[in-house]
Amino acid sequence: MGSTSAENNGSNGVGRRDLIKRSAALGLIAVPTMSFLSACASGGGDDSSSDDSTKGTTSKSNPFGVKKGSTLDVVVFKGGYGDDYAKAWEANFKTKIGVSSTHTGTQEITGKLQPRFNAGNPPDIVDDSGAQQIKIDVLYKNGQLLDLSPVLDAPAIDDPTKKVRDLLIPGTLDPGVQEGKVVALNYIYTVWGLWYSGKLFKEKGWTPPKTWDEFIAVCQKAKAAGIGGLAHQGKYPYYINVAIMDLIAKKGGIDAVKAIDNLDPKAFVGSAAAQAGVEAIYEVVEKGLLMPGTNGLTHTESQTRWNQYKAAFITCGSWLENEQLKLTPTDFDMKFLPMPLLADSKMPFEAIRAGSGEPFIIPAKAKNLPGAKEFMRHMLSKEWSTLFAKEANSLTILKDGVDSSVTLRPGTQSTVDASKAAGANTFRYLYPDWYSEMDTSIQNASNELMAKRIQPKEWLKRCQAAVDKQAKDPASKKNVHS
Amino acid sequence: MRKGQYRFVAGFLFVPVALYLIFVIWPYIQTFGYSLTDWKGESQTFKFVGLDNYRALLHDDVFKEAIWHNLLFLVFIPVITILLALFFAFMVNAGGRSKAGGVTGVAGSGFYKIVYFFPQVLSLAILAVLFNAVYRSDGGGLLNGFLIKLHLVDVNNPVEWLNEPNMVLWALMAVVVWHGVGFYLVLFSAAMQSIPRDIYEAALIDGANRSQSFFRITLPLLWETVQTAWVYLGIIAMDMFVLVSSMTSNMGAYGGGPDHGSDVMSTVMMRNFLYFGKSGYACAMGVVMLLLTLVLSVVTLRATRRERIEF
Repeated sequence: MGSTSAENNGSNGVGRRDLIKRSAALGLIAVPTMSFLSACASGGGDDSSSDDSTKGTTSKSNPFGVKKGSTLDVVVFKGGYGDDYAKAWEANFKTKIGVSSTHTGTQEITGKLQPRFNAGNPPDIVDDSGAQQIKIDVLYKNGQLLDLSPVLDAPAIDDPTKKVRDLLIPGTLDPGVQEGKVVALNYIYTVWGLWYSGKLFKEKGWTPPKTWDEFIAVCQKAKAAGIGGLAHQGKYPYYINVAIMDLIAKKGGIDAVKAIDNLDPKAFVGSAAAQAGVEAIYEVVEKGLLMPGTNGLTHTESQTRWNQYKAAFITCGSWLENEQLKLTPTDFDMKFLPMPLLADSKMPFEAIRAGSGEPFIIPAKAKNLPGAKEFMRHMLSKEWSTLFAKEANSLTILKDGVDSSVTLRPGTQSTVDASKAAGANTFRYLYPDWYSEMDTSIQNASNELMAKRIQPKEWLKRCQAAVDKQAKDPASKKNVHS
Repeated sequence: MRKGQYRFVAGFLFVPVALYLIFVIWPYIQTFGYSLTDWKGESQTFKFVGLDNYRALLHDDVFKEAIWHNLLFLVFIPVITILLALFFAFMVNAGGRSKAGGVTGVAGSGFYKIVYFFPQVLSLAILAVLFNAVYRSDGGGLLNGFLIKLHLVDVNNPVEWLNEPNMVLWALMAVVVWHGVGFYLVLFSAAMQSIPRDIYEAALIDGANRSQSFFRITLPLLWETVQTAWVYLGIIAMDMFVLVSSMTSNMGAYGGGPDHGSDVMSTVMMRNFLYFGKSGYACAMGVVMLLLTLVLSVVTLRATRRERIEF
């Protein structure tokens, strides 16, 4: 055997050279064979949804047929609101319905869930929020989201004669709509605008401004007193867009909001409201009324500075109070302020950007669909809404959803008052939930504007370019803000 | 026995080769496969689109700008790091002039060697937190605070180090260099110590000064180590993902700001992959990155090839 060379094996086996040749050939076939590739990469994902082991019999009190003893896989974003509220819900769900939950509280929604969505093995219910959320438009386009209308049309827990959706604050379902279907339940009621310290204003004798001129005047007084006028969370241009877009909305009315959401060719360039809004913000930049350095700060850095009385105002949503809970001085007296009004605005001063945030989703391929639907139905009961308010210091989209035994913190209370004063005068942009890429471009332009590297005219041009680019995508025709 | 030997060797190689094939080569092939589709990242339904993604890539200004940033890093990070490390290593090992006439480092060289190595111990994530505090854009930042105290910077107009398009890349580069110099100093020190002392002593006797002994003796004999360092630093320069995504202002996700001024290939790729849901397109970027890296490694190895000097 010793001298027999491998090439001469003939029919006895595969020679070395043959082996190399054949494996090379194999490699050549393997690369272009797409079906082979996708089959291997899909890792056993199939389209079958809920399996039978989780299906029980339906009844009036059990509209989805939840099976006792089944389990529910709950994944919750553990951010500004923590995840204690979800644990309280899960405990309640177990005693009431007899379904136990596996709980995951995490900030890494994408990292943990992207592989599971791809493998066709997603959790049953997800709070898909935070910086690492999987964008709702992306999930929707991948066909991963359940249409939530069965839950919303089911009888409400608190009043079975009514549908769940009839007990919610009007308009709060809108941001979860993709192409006409509610696929995400934005659970937390949020208002956006300016925030100030009641204590600081009292001390200095400033009155909360109602018009833009008054706002500029307060900022100038603040500057004279050695602190900044307006602070924003520059590293995340999302926040300054709250101010710019609110000014545009209030100046131009709901038509200005719709023009942007519906990708109008004159949404920015050629829109008087957009021009007035961006020029107003640029006035703050030009007059040096920003808190020094705020353009480069993270949200925690700038919010903490503001808590230290280094700026008169900051832009944010109503999660601010809970987020800053530990860093806010006890006598700070946090207050919400609707965006001050530009001259000749179409909306009144009281109008606010309000609506829902923190999207909860049910994956279309969830294993325990009945359980997930029932869980969501319970989320929209007064008992669970009160649990949430207690644990997370915030309101939910349930109308009058907090038991009167819970006292709210000053900032949250001021948002309740502001929403009451606003009444029906609320608005909400939907483009950030529909068009991530366009939103990013607009944020980028705002960052350049705040750093004085571009002028309002260029800002309008860049934003319009982002809108026009998005409008070219045929899929965008299906999203309509009406 | 030849055949038996073959099996014996193959037996040992099987596990590492299999691991390599499964975890390196197979993902590469998959990435290439996905790059020919319109995969959106969250499910397994996608269409084959041929080379569309690559065609779109040709017109993607953000990605092209990102390539330039990587190339800039590729030129400056190795050059600055290696020069500094070489200089320090030389001073620590052969820069001193002891009275006895031997070849030693400058006074306190043992201490310096340890101190220079400290930054290397820190992980990139800690490094990002640390330098975020250094570069912080208001008076609370280390650099700004210092410059304000010296009255070089106006307190109402602090320098936004990471929010200036002309500055952000250099600020990031400074972090990498600060982090890397210590490691390469130790690497070069080890190599220098293997250079026989008598060569230096002979040069000394012939009247060579510090720079002559460095350029005529140290550098030629260290060439292979420098080459290795160059490849390692090149890999770092082609990546930069951690620092860019955790230090620069946000372009939707994964840093990259201001105005894409610090975007590198990997951050653009990840943003498209996860945040915009253009995963197939992002895979095409990944393939381009792989090709660029391969070309650059070959060029680097060819360009720095020298005759090996035996000593």
